[in-house]
Amino acid sequence: MGITFRKETFRDDFTFKNSPEHIRRFPFPFHEDAYMYAVNIEPHVVGPRGSVLENLIDVDEHYVAEMQDRALVLAEDPLRCQSLPHMTLAGWDLLELLMEQQALGYPEHFTLTRDGDRWRWINRPLGIDDTFTFGDTSTLPYGPMEYITRQSQGDFCILDQRDGNLWMDAGMVTTQADWSLDFDIGMNFFEWHAPVPLAHEKGIFVRALKFLTNIQQGKPARRLNWTMTINPRLDTSPENYHKWGPDRATVTPENVGDKVHLRVELQSFWRLPRSNGIVFPIRCYLIKMDELVTQPKWARRLHRVIRDLPDELANYKGLTRYRPALVEWLSKLDDGSATSSGFGPD
Amino acid sequence: MAAKSIISRPVYGTLSPQPGKHHLFIADAEGALAIAEMAGRAPPRFFDDAEVVFIPGPDGKHTVALEALKPAQFHQAPSFASLLPRLRQTLANAHMGLRLYLSGTEGLIGQAMQVALEAGIDHTSIQTEHRGSLARRMQCVHCKGITENVTTQPATCAHCGLLLLVRDHYSRRIAAFQGVCINAEDRSEIPPMEEIFR
Repeated sequence: MGITFRKETFRDDFTFKNSPEHIRRFPFPFHEDAYMYAVNIEPHVVGPRGSVLENLIDVDEHYVAEMQDRALVLAEDPLRCQSLPHMTLAGWDLLELLMEQQALGYPEHFTLTRDGDRWRWINRPLGIDDTFTFGDTSTLPYGPMEYITRQSQGDFCILDQRDGNLWMDAGMVTTQADWSLDFDIGMNFFEWHAPVPLAHEKGIFVRALKFLTNIQQGKPARRLNWTMTINPRLDTSPENYHKWGPDRATVTPENVGDKVHLRVELQSFWRLPRSNGIVFPIRCYLIKMDELVTQPKWARRLHRVIRDLPDELANYKGLTRYRPALVEWLSKLDDGSATSSGFGPD
Repeated sequence: MAAKSIISRPVYGTLSPQPGKHHLFIADAEGALAIAEMAGRAPPRFFDDAEVVFIPGPDGKHTVALEALKPAQFHQAPSFASLLPRLRQTLANAHMGLRLYLSGTEGLIGQAMQVALEAGIDHTSIQTEHRGSLARRMQCVHCKGITENVTTQPATCAHCGLLLLVRDHYSRRIAAFQGVCINAEDRSEIPPMEEIFR
């Protein structure tokens, strides 16, 4: 028995929603009633059955619709997928990783068979059955990174490691929280994080870089990050900010539950075997407030987090315009009782 | 001196003579003064192995001062665009031991560094000194067009016409600051335009 893939959209009529099982497995990012930056990195190991960590590369009911949305973004703007010339080998590393992980976790949907360099990849949800020569780009319809990331949920950044730093030298970025691969490609770890407020002063990036440059093969790590998005829109790129920005002015006390979405990124970090690069998948999960507050603990906690968020962070995350309406709406679901520790629902 | 900013914003220094076999200087307008001042600290015959490329400002000054340094090669160009073919060839044919010195406006330093990066020169090995205008080269994140000599905040994109916040976030690869629509959420909000990059 496999996943039933939803037919849904992330634009125009916005028919995206989560099934009850997917609401329960949502990676709620707050383990306490407040939020501040931390180097919240932990080993990326398999978690409980039925959670988003059941497999290290998660495929869920939104897979097919997300891949269709990605194809639409790329047709409009091919610059969302770029790879500097020295990154092709890392692209093959990534192709191997994603094919192996998806076939391992979801054998009913994906099959990888290898005969030396001759590989056959079957992707049943997308109707793909390709045979190619590993390492020979001419045997695939796209470069290796683009080929496999058109078939994998989440954004992917491939970081080259040199001079004690990590360099954003390749990526497939179509579901991003307002940052531009086209602008940031070629930057080092500190440069592409430059616009993030407060965290530099706290030494977050120095410690994070030290951790990431020491990641070993076979020992991936992960962290959660979050923001909020109006409407279930995957493509909240700066490129299209003038198109989706007006959504933020459409939030009213009546439509908060339907329009405002918590957007959580499950970021993981993997050492790549041939290139010695790091791949950094940024997997985006969306949940509308109406769905989230079906879990009373999450409703109470999110109210307290958003209410008490420092203005600088709220501004950086783009919440300023609708925060009062959101806090007011959430406050009605917060009776002031204690919340249990940890991320999960009660 | 630019005010304290974010990490991606370039930081410029003061030109100083580097050990090397050949020295390529690229300057515009008042950037010539940085070269002339550095010459005072350089060892004798330093400019015997130097090429100086100069784009004069609107006032046409400083050419004589540079010629007086008697560099092995002196070239004056009317614009950066006109200089590009020559610069690309010089860098493509360069050998180990070439040192690069850039001085003048941010736009000149940025664009020359961009060409140097494409030729495989590490940006940390390049000497830079900012002189003159603080006008910015800006890329519109929406239409990708570059607007030169931006002096206001916000600024209008010369290509798509959106009103853009000129950020401090800078890309060496594009040689530009990032411009992002300042009133995307409500187009009726028109913040006053102030001249701040002079």
